[in-house]
Amino acid sequence: MSDNETEFEEQPPEALPLDAWHRERGARMVPFAGYEMPIQYAGEHGGIVAEHNWTRESASLFDVSHMGQLSVSGEKAAHELEKLLPSGVANLPEGKMRYSLLLTEAGGIIDDLIVTNTGPHYALVVNGACKWDDIAHLREHLDDDVTLTHFDDFALLALQGPKAAEALEAIVPGVSELTFMTAGLFQFDGQHIWVSRAGYTGEDGFEISVHQNYARALADALVADDRVHPAGLGARDSLRLEAGLPLYGHDLTLDTDPVSAGLSFALSKKRREVGGYFGHSACLMRLEEGGCTQRRVGLTLEGRQPGREGAQVFSGDKQVGTLTSGGFSPTLGHPIAMGYVDAEFAGEGTSLEIDVRGKRLPAKVAPLPFVPHRYMRKGA
Amino acid sequence: MARYFTEEHEWIEVDGETATIGITDYAQEQLGDVVFVEVPQTGADLAKGAEAAVVESVKAASDVYAPISGTVLEGNAALEADPELVNTSPDDEGWFFKLTIGDHDELEGLMNAKAYKAFCDSL
Repeated sequence: MSDNETEFEEQPPEALPLDAWHRERGARMVPFAGYEMPIQYAGEHGGIVAEHNWTRESASLFDVSHMGQLSVSGEKAAHELEKLLPSGVANLPEGKMRYSLLLTEAGGIIDDLIVTNTGPHYALVVNGACKWDDIAHLREHLDDDVTLTHFDDFALLALQGPKAAEALEAIVPGVSELTFMTAGLFQFDGQHIWVSRAGYTGEDGFEISVHQNYARALADALVADDRVHPAGLGARDSLRLEAGLPLYGHDLTLDTDPVSAGLSFALSKKRREVGGYFGHSACLMRLEEGGCTQRRVGLTLEGRQPGREGAQVFSGDKQVGTLTSGGFSPTLGHPIAMGYVDAEFAGEGTSLEIDVRGKRLPAKVAPLPFVPHRYMRKGA
Repeated sequence: MARYFTEEHEWIEVDGETATIGITDYAQEQLGDVVFVEVPQTGADLAKGAEAAVVESVKAASDVYAPISGTVLEGNAALEADPELVNTSPDDEGWFFKLTIGDHDELEGLMNAKAYKAFCDSL
């Protein structure tokens, strides 16, 4: 046997703060985004499908410390960030979070991120594989009067699933009052932690920023709860795919733009009118009728064989697109995929074919998400 | 009957002129949850080293190559409905295909169970 998918890394991968903790739990570690990351754990609750299903029915702890935790502070911080992000930042209330994008002048996506108004500063959580380029981009374009800080001594733990709130509330009182996309400062065992009600699985849950010296104590306390088991990158990927959430480096790249990617919601209405950010005019052109040649869509496949990233999508003899993510959906019991297809084939229900190893697998354009989100929204 | 192993983590159970081929427990453990298996067509002539089957886990797709040459007698039809047999019973019910052995000499140099265990321990 030989794996068809091999990842090459230029630099030897670094260890996460919880590296030993993962290995103690029998994690299989793989290089990802410059770090040795747990892809799945051993034991009766381990394995991608078991970890995936546990997240959907109870709660799982993911280590996402590879992600970049940055902050921008200074009087002009919001104004300066608005030069780089298509979202409103100045109008973001304290304690609220917003999904946004770093764009090139041509409208290409440099990275996707979450911006939070923490009060003292604006926090950015960016993708691990992009963080060094993001920092360079921010340094280059932000005014010297604002301060950019990289919190590289903080771990980031994600607790995701319908029982995440009960489990976290038991050790960090008050967190269950947060609603989706809000955040605040809390205490765990006398230490400050920053808790956000967000995540990338489609489930309710939290992301917890904790100093690396206290990450183990927090992780131990969380998995000591019977409702919580650790889960790796494998489950994180199948969960986010079911949730229809694009992954940078796969579904989003410099060659994709927010409109084709179905992320127009991140282009604030008001700022579309006023402009003043990288990629503004390029995005406006994309927003016009016929402005996008291709669109990101979900695809459901018949049978059991998955189509993977890179597989070509056909309508009859004509190639009309390419998959950017694909796999087997443990929740739905059949393969699902995301990809870009020519705009005329992007309508829901369109029948297409995916070329997998020379075989044509029938597929249909499906609405995203594949599995409904279960976020704890305000007033819900 | 004798069982042989390859460095590609396949096992070959030889019974007279027939060989049954599957992947080892080590291999299924590495693959993780298997969701799809495509086995070769009955009657197909496989050369040693030719692509014989495809196994897809949640994570990735992998090829299974013919460890010896021969003519396919039967693919394991049970894997179509229950691909997870590869995980739950890799050495037995999760077999992939049976061959009529083309050349017994190709079995020479393959590992026995003891040598294969030592090989896995060295990985």
